[in-house]
Amino acid sequence: MNMKKTILSILGGAALLAAQTNAAPINITGAGSTFDYPAFTKWFESYEKVDPDVQFNYQSIGSGGGIKNLTSQTVDFGASDAPMTDSAMAAAPGKILHIPVVAGGVAIIYNLPGDPKLKLDGDTLAGIYLGNITKWNDPKIAALNPGVSLPDLAIVTVHRSDGSGTSFIFTDYLSAVNPAWADSVGKGTMVKWPMGIGALAAKGSEGVAGQVKQVSGGIGYAELAYADQNKIPYADIKNAAGNFISPAPDSVSAALATAKIPDDFRFSMVNAPGDTAYPIAGASWVLVYQHQKKAESGQKLVAFLKWAVTDGQKLSPALDYAPLPNTVQQRELALLDTIKY
Amino acid sequence: MGVGRTKGAVPPALRPVNFRIEENVTGNIQKNAGRHFGDSAFKWLTLAMALTVFVLIALIGCELWHGSRPAMQKFGWHFLVTNNWDPVNDVYGALPFIYGTLVSSLIALAIAVPISIATAVYLTELAPLWLRQPLTIFIELLAAVPSVILGLWGIFVMVPWLHNHLVPVLRSSLGFLPLFQGPNYGPCILAAGIILAIMIIPIITSVSREILRSVPGLQREAAYALGATRWEVTRIAVLSYAKKGIFGAVILGLGRALGETMAVTMVIGNIPQITSSLFAPASTQASVIANEFNEAAGTLYPAALFEIGLTLLGVTVLVNIFAQLLLKTFAGPGVKPQH
Repeated sequence: MNMKKTILSILGGAALLAAQTNAAPINITGAGSTFDYPAFTKWFESYEKVDPDVQFNYQSIGSGGGIKNLTSQTVDFGASDAPMTDSAMAAAPGKILHIPVVAGGVAIIYNLPGDPKLKLDGDTLAGIYLGNITKWNDPKIAALNPGVSLPDLAIVTVHRSDGSGTSFIFTDYLSAVNPAWADSVGKGTMVKWPMGIGALAAKGSEGVAGQVKQVSGGIGYAELAYADQNKIPYADIKNAAGNFISPAPDSVSAALATAKIPDDFRFSMVNAPGDTAYPIAGASWVLVYQHQKKAESGQKLVAFLKWAVTDGQKLSPALDYAPLPNTVQQRELALLDTIKY
Repeated sequence: MGVGRTKGAVPPALRPVNFRIEENVTGNIQKNAGRHFGDSAFKWLTLAMALTVFVLIALIGCELWHGSRPAMQKFGWHFLVTNNWDPVNDVYGALPFIYGTLVSSLIALAIAVPISIATAVYLTELAPLWLRQPLTIFIELLAAVPSVILGLWGIFVMVPWLHNHLVPVLRSSLGFLPLFQGPNYGPCILAAGIILAIMIIPIITSVSREILRSVPGLQREAAYALGATRWEVTRIAVLSYAKKGIFGAVILGLGRALGETMAVTMVIGNIPQITSSLFAPASTQASVIANEFNEAAGTLYPAALFEIGLTLLGVTVLVNIFAQLLLKTFAGPGVKPQH
């Protein structure tokens, strides 16, 4: 009886000791944009080797949902494809920092017989989506594409039926280069698209890509990753320097390098001035509070973000994102250092 | 009978039921006063379960009402009749979505009702007995197909077929009507109507079948006795007798069509507009909520979507109540309700 008690108490003590040293991993939750979901998945997987004590959980419910959840403090970080507006930031219980983590390009995809390689510019795109240019052999398109035989086919514009950061980048670009668009439609994750004769909308970038593939004469916009994966031809777009640039991770990086980035990182990088910059590109931000309530998970989160904006960027090109240039990385590390616990 | 009765002894037939029953005829069963509590607890528990459903619907309605207050305060009744959906400038009007919902549902009814009623008549009147059960099972199977699967089939099979074959035929034969004019690029309100028709055929058929089966045989026999042909019997004795019930079945199908979301979103084109052409894309109340609610930021935008949801819920509940009333009061002349 005494022996049994002794053994039991030793076992109990050992169990307690074991429980002390084997701490459960810290859970960090995030929610938001679907655009950088592939990046997050890859990063969480790779970060396990760097720091196995922290586990991440990310819900890609859309930028609006991410902002809502961060404001009500049900998640540790949010992710958004568009910077928060002043009123949204004022509604939050604390100061929110914008940390850009990925940048991506929006490809202009089209479906024409023979798959010619097209060149387009901002004014022509705005004219197409406003409904002013209705046929593929319109003189404005022909002027940009000498030597390409354009068919007498009606243009069917496809846009996103759901609110999306990709729409935001596209409409931001059109507003920046075309005053008529800026006045009549504007920019946003969801806008009032002009009712051209041939206009269609589909859910998700995969929906737009699918629709363009099915309609002869269709034109649409989708994340570069979708266009590449579905092997849909996309156009070279004229940038601010006058060169026709193809969307690719390095041309998006070039845009990011020459974009004007203020200290709070709420910037737009459409129509960037660089020579090789792709004009229809945008960043996706991680949103965190400057004052982290929970010190332990806050430190883990900041450590992860510091890793993501430096070492994590090496994984970006494989997913068709543009890696952040060095200058931007250093500025972001400085910003992350201002987080208090 | 009264003589010699002991004090307090009451004949079994006159005993009140709630009292303790000491023994019944076999003398085996002994029940005690605790059963009274068990009965009553059971009754209240099942009542609570039944009320849960009602409370749930009421809570959903309250939540929708509360969520749409900002939009209701800003736009008032004009929300339902304004044709404008502009999230950038925060101006919202639900008319194009109401139009899309109504027209796609009407097209679905126009296609599904003749097919369903004809199928129900065949199943109850004309089919050989060995065929009735298998055919019924197949029709019920159609109801089991998930909405998204039908939507996928719609995108990849039905819409291209519609664009390449059905639309040119309709345009050449009925092109004088503005309904069948205008360009078509695949997804359109007609495609949505066709998919909805496929989804509501099983419901209308099965309810109509029940209605037709409950028509008393006397009616048919009377018609035969008067010398009616097969078709006349069906028309006069069965269909006109079951008119109200079949109408109820149709309204039930309409209720289903009004709320259908995923399959419609995938084939309707999602352009909020009101045009006279059936070949043009449109948008429905359910599809706009499914598409836009995720990213709707701010206060007015989600409130406008909540209000669309509230109108959809209200209309669907009313339509279903109307259908149930019709079906419940379907008795026909000269026959007592069989409850």
